Amino acid sequence: MANKLISQMGLPKSIANVFAARNIITAKDALSLTEFELMELLDVGLAEVTLALAHISEISCPSFQTALSLLEQRIQNEYLAGHLPTRLKGLDAALCGGIPFGVVTELVGPAGIGKTQFCLKLALLASLPSSYGGLDGRVIYIDVESKFSSKRMIEMGVNSFPEIFHTEGMAKEMAGRILVLQPASLFEFTESLQQIKVSLLQHHVKLLIIDSMTALVSGENGQGPPRQHALGWHISFIKSLAEFSRIPVVVTNQVRSQGRDEASRYLFQDQNRTDAPEDPTSFDSHLVAALGIQWAHAVSIRLVLESRSGQRFIKLAKSSISSPMAFLFDITGSGISLLDDDGVEMTGPDINAINFQGHSGIINFDTGMTR
Amino acid sequence: MEVSSLPISASQRGKLISAGYTSLSSLSSISPSHLAQDLKISENEALEILKVASRRSGLDRIDNGACAIVNGAQTAWDMLHEEESSVRITTSCSDLDDILGGGINCKEVTEVGGVPGIGKTQLGIQLAINVQIPADYGGLEGKAVYIDTEGSFMVERALQIAEACVEDMQEYNSFLRKDVRACQIRKEPKDFLDNIFYFRICSYTEQIAVVNYLEKFISEHKDVKVVVIDSITFHFRQDFEDMALRTRLLGGMALKLMKLAKKFNLAVVLLNQVTTKYSQGSFQLTLALGNLLQLRSGMMFFICLYLLWLFLK
Repeated sequence: MANKLISQMGLPKSIANVFAARNIITAKDALSLTEFELMELLDVGLAEVTLALAHISEISCPSFQTALSLLEQRIQNEYLAGHLPTRLKGLDAALCGGIPFGVVTELVGPAGIGKTQFCLKLALLASLPSSYGGLDGRVIYIDVESKFSSKRMIEMGVNSFPEIFHTEGMAKEMAGRILVLQPASLFEFTESLQQIKVSLLQHHVKLLIIDSMTALVSGENGQGPPRQHALGWHISFIKSLAEFSRIPVVVTNQVRSQGRDEASRYLFQDQNRTDAPEDPTSFDSHLVAALGIQWAHAVSIRLVLESRSGQRFIKLAKSSISSPMAFLFDITGSGISLLDDDGVEMTGPDINAINFQGHSGIINFDTGMTR
Repeated sequence: MEVSSLPISASQRGKLISAGYTSLSSLSSISPSHLAQDLKISENEALEILKVASRRSGLDRIDNGACAIVNGAQTAWDMLHEEESSVRITTSCSDLDDILGGGINCKEVTEVGGVPGIGKTQLGIQLAINVQIPADYGGLEGKAVYIDTEGSFMVERALQIAEACVEDMQEYNSFLRKDVRACQIRKEPKDFLDNIFYFRICSYTEQIAVVNYLEKFISEHKDVKVVVIDSITFHFRQDFEDMALRTRLLGGMALKLMKLAKKFNLAVVLLNQVTTKYSQGSFQLTLALGNLLQLRSGMMFFICLYLLWLFLK
């Protein structure tokens, strides 16, 4: 839309010529200038400029639809009105069907908690035929840390769907639909993303998994909290990819300890920090999601995986469809399973806290993740 | 006598005068049920009369003394009166409504900021539904424009909120209006969705284009009473090389939105992200590009959702 040519917008000839003469070719060029700047540049009166801008804006503005037609479209065209069921009953109920299409879902948690297991299961589920609740399509799995294990995935498949996987050749077909990429650097990742965008639709790709996003940046920088600006372009690219192809995108994120100098989670005033008693231990064992606040704004659903007193929880920390819920889970032969489908509703800031009890040292970004 | 110039039937006029209502100001602060009782007419009729009267007094105010002195001026008294009698959009949270003085105000631009996941989009969707509450239930009975720059609008959630709104109206009906048969709920949850105009914006150019186009759009859809932009700064934070240009564009956009709010008497709600800022030796959370939007729009006030969340806990 931004690159629409002014010459093709049906403006009156005289003004269209003036625009062209001053090298204002696309809608973006015209709309990046204020009315007064245009007046000066084109040497025409304010009324004419206003009219021309109104016309250009109307043409470059994307068309609208009512929320009702949006809903009806989704129900008609998409599987389960745009959701990929995770087979975890409680979680699917909370998410109105499953992982939503068209938005970025984040899985964040400490090392070894089960993020990759969850991703493997999702990849498997998406490749299944629709009669078994899958999306019947290809999956692109971007495996940055080389954690992908086909053996484990087939094991999950055999345990959860014995009927399919014991049939001759089915395991090969399902596994054949999952494409694994292992980019060695941020540059390679960027290139792969661009290629993916182009070939997504024609190759029936129905799910994109990136495991993990943090590892991409840590490879480049080494020390300190990850630079979120390095991923700025990628964040919006992945978002727009999800949206235009209407596929679910699942990204895993790691955790880091919160340094004393950084903004404490939700404090807006300075006074609170000086009033609170100095308690070094509580700060150091505080885990927060890596990748910072700009990334946190970009994801639509955030699933926090944590462990407290030996039990693992999957928490629905950010979701615009349901209230914050925590579910007890366990890792079994068939992947992840919920121990209790009802879940516990959590209020307050605890939903965003990431606990990892049983871990002795501070998880520090410099030393990397230890299993 | 002002009442004699109202476009109502002769019998209604006669009833008004004999009941003692001779001027428009006497009709401005009375409720339909009270008027219905006084004149011994149905509540619907009373509501109609009051609508006509308020429309006429709106026009009259433009013709009075203040304008004779300076074009476009309004006396402070008139502004106070207007503010007190304007219908606000409820946020469905009574504490929040109290802080805002009744709800989100029309003719103003309101900015709502908060950390990710706190509920900004929820509030935006809630306002898009609440603006449609019929006048019988104290609402504006208007439509909504939802400009989505991040893709965070969840249509299933909007349906859930609409269903809850219909339930609320039914409860209100059964508690307070047992005698009036005319107020049957005619709205279905899906009707609420039909009145939300959804724009999906993917770049800052499109964002500027839609803000420019809104003037024409709203003149064609006069019953739009709220414009929600979610979120206003997203596209301006992604690799913008020319900072001066960004300042100019944001400033221009803020001004246009203010003009829009005033001209069409609607509420503009801007949802904003937060970012960390280093000041006075420590990092603090602050609204993204806050200084740019604040400088240009004098009538904005900020809602810090963190404080509110504390308050509501």
